[in-house]
Amino acid sequence: MTVLTDREKEIVDYLYTAERDAREVIKITDKYPELTIEEAYGLQDRLLERRLMENKTKNVGVKLGLTSKAKQVMMGVDEAIYGYLHADMLSTEWEPVNYSELIHPKVEPEIAFLLGADLEGEDVTAEDVIKATKYVAPALEVIDSRYKDFKFTLVDVVADNCSSIKFVVGSKWISPESIDLGSIGMVMSKNGKVEQTGSSAAVLGHPAEAIAWSVKELSKRGKRLKKGDIVLSGAMSEAIAFTSGDSIIAQFDGLGSVSMFCK
Amino acid sequence: MSTKIENYASELLEAEKTCKGIAPLTDRDSSLTVEDAYYIQLEMVKRKLAEGRTVIGKKVGLTSVAMQKMLNVDEPDYGHLYDDMELKNEASIKVDTMVSPKVEAEIGFVLSEDLVGPNVTFLDVMMATKYVVPTIEVIDSRVSDWNIKLIDTVADNGSSAKVVVGDKQSTLETLDLRTNSMVLYKNEELIATGAGAAALGHPAHAVAWLANKLHEFGITLKKDELILPGALSGAVVVEAGDTITADFGPVGSVTVHFE
Repeated sequence: MTVLTDREKEIVDYLYTAERDAREVIKITDKYPELTIEEAYGLQDRLLERRLMENKTKNVGVKLGLTSKAKQVMMGVDEAIYGYLHADMLSTEWEPVNYSELIHPKVEPEIAFLLGADLEGEDVTAEDVIKATKYVAPALEVIDSRYKDFKFTLVDVVADNCSSIKFVVGSKWISPESIDLGSIGMVMSKNGKVEQTGSSAAVLGHPAEAIAWSVKELSKRGKRLKKGDIVLSGAMSEAIAFTSGDSIIAQFDGLGSVSMFCK
Repeated sequence: MSTKIENYASELLEAEKTCKGIAPLTDRDSSLTVEDAYYIQLEMVKRKLAEGRTVIGKKVGLTSVAMQKMLNVDEPDYGHLYDDMELKNEASIKVDTMVSPKVEAEIGFVLSEDLVGPNVTFLDVMMATKYVVPTIEVIDSRVSDWNIKLIDTVADNGSSAKVVVGDKQSTLETLDLRTNSMVLYKNEELIATGAGAAALGHPAHAVAWLANKLHEFGITLKKDELILPGALSGAVVVEAGDTITADFGPVGSVTVHFE
């Protein structure tokens, strides 16, 4: 068990209870403008330890954020970010997502990578990622920043586990070798109306490149991706907001579809 | 272990041997709990193992909304599969070796690694699946006339009797088990259809439920075990002379004869 400083304790409690109670909060950099990105990842670790313990759940993988040029420009940064996925964040196509447990959710279409082998090291390439991947599958990621109006700096969002809250994985899983992962078209509709279109190339040029990037970042912090992990490789279009009563479906060329219903 | 649990276990095993149904346990003892029922099932496991049987897998039952409504429950149940229950494709079964048999079509999972609860998700199950097989589960209630409540069927090993396993083994690659087709034929006549989602939304989700449920009893789903995740349509009554085929499209088909 890590010994937390008073500041860490305060911030972890602030963000953990915000998620637990589905309550929006003011971003932490308003009070602590001096926080660095390294400290933010440290806070994320502490937050996740707290979450694993309180929710009696387990880690199942990693998600990437800010993987599109457009989002990076918007945030004034030139790199992606990562957060972790827990078993209790897994939602399914056959059970509705409960709006009352969320603050101001949005949903993003992504390609999920299911790993058949560990991935680590600072020289991992996209080819290594493909080789270590047992299956790819269509996925929806629900993000729900704990910060008021989704307004935050890079430090804030990293500390907040990159706005992670739920994810849904489609049921058709295929080998990554059997499809060109660099150019998978995607159409996301809400209540029967097309809301977003995009391509897997929006994810740092190729989703496997994005995952290779994350492995390098994790390695710098002494971490790795493990066999059995799921990795959400980054949004293929902008996120769309949804509310109670909405149905979302994302259809992927060659990968099938994934859907969710919010009650 | 209370004598009550031991006695009910003896009675159910005797009913299985003699093919004579017994009165529902719940009619005779209103104090029995679902937990007691699971311990009755586990007592039977102990006795079967002592007789030289081995456990080759487990089954999930009551996975369809229709069956859950019928028994007024909101969760599935499970049973153990023993080596003498497994039959090959095209096998013949004598109906007089059972009380009142029915058949169900299921996509069987064979695991490449152990699955230990809690917090097992359908993702874990998919990753730990070596292959899937087409199966027909022959169910039989040792309680007369299928006059069962949840507690009765749980005590009676989830009403399991036989499992007929088809020849084709498929890895999950390119399959979509949620929408995978199932067509059931009786004497070459189509009598039921369904898809994977009938088993708790996704057959792998039913396997995950089982792994987590068994954890409560200190039991693990083991590598190479056959797991039946639940029926993809309602159960069908069979009698001597019937031939049943379940066709699962890309997952293959399986046939059993009754005589």
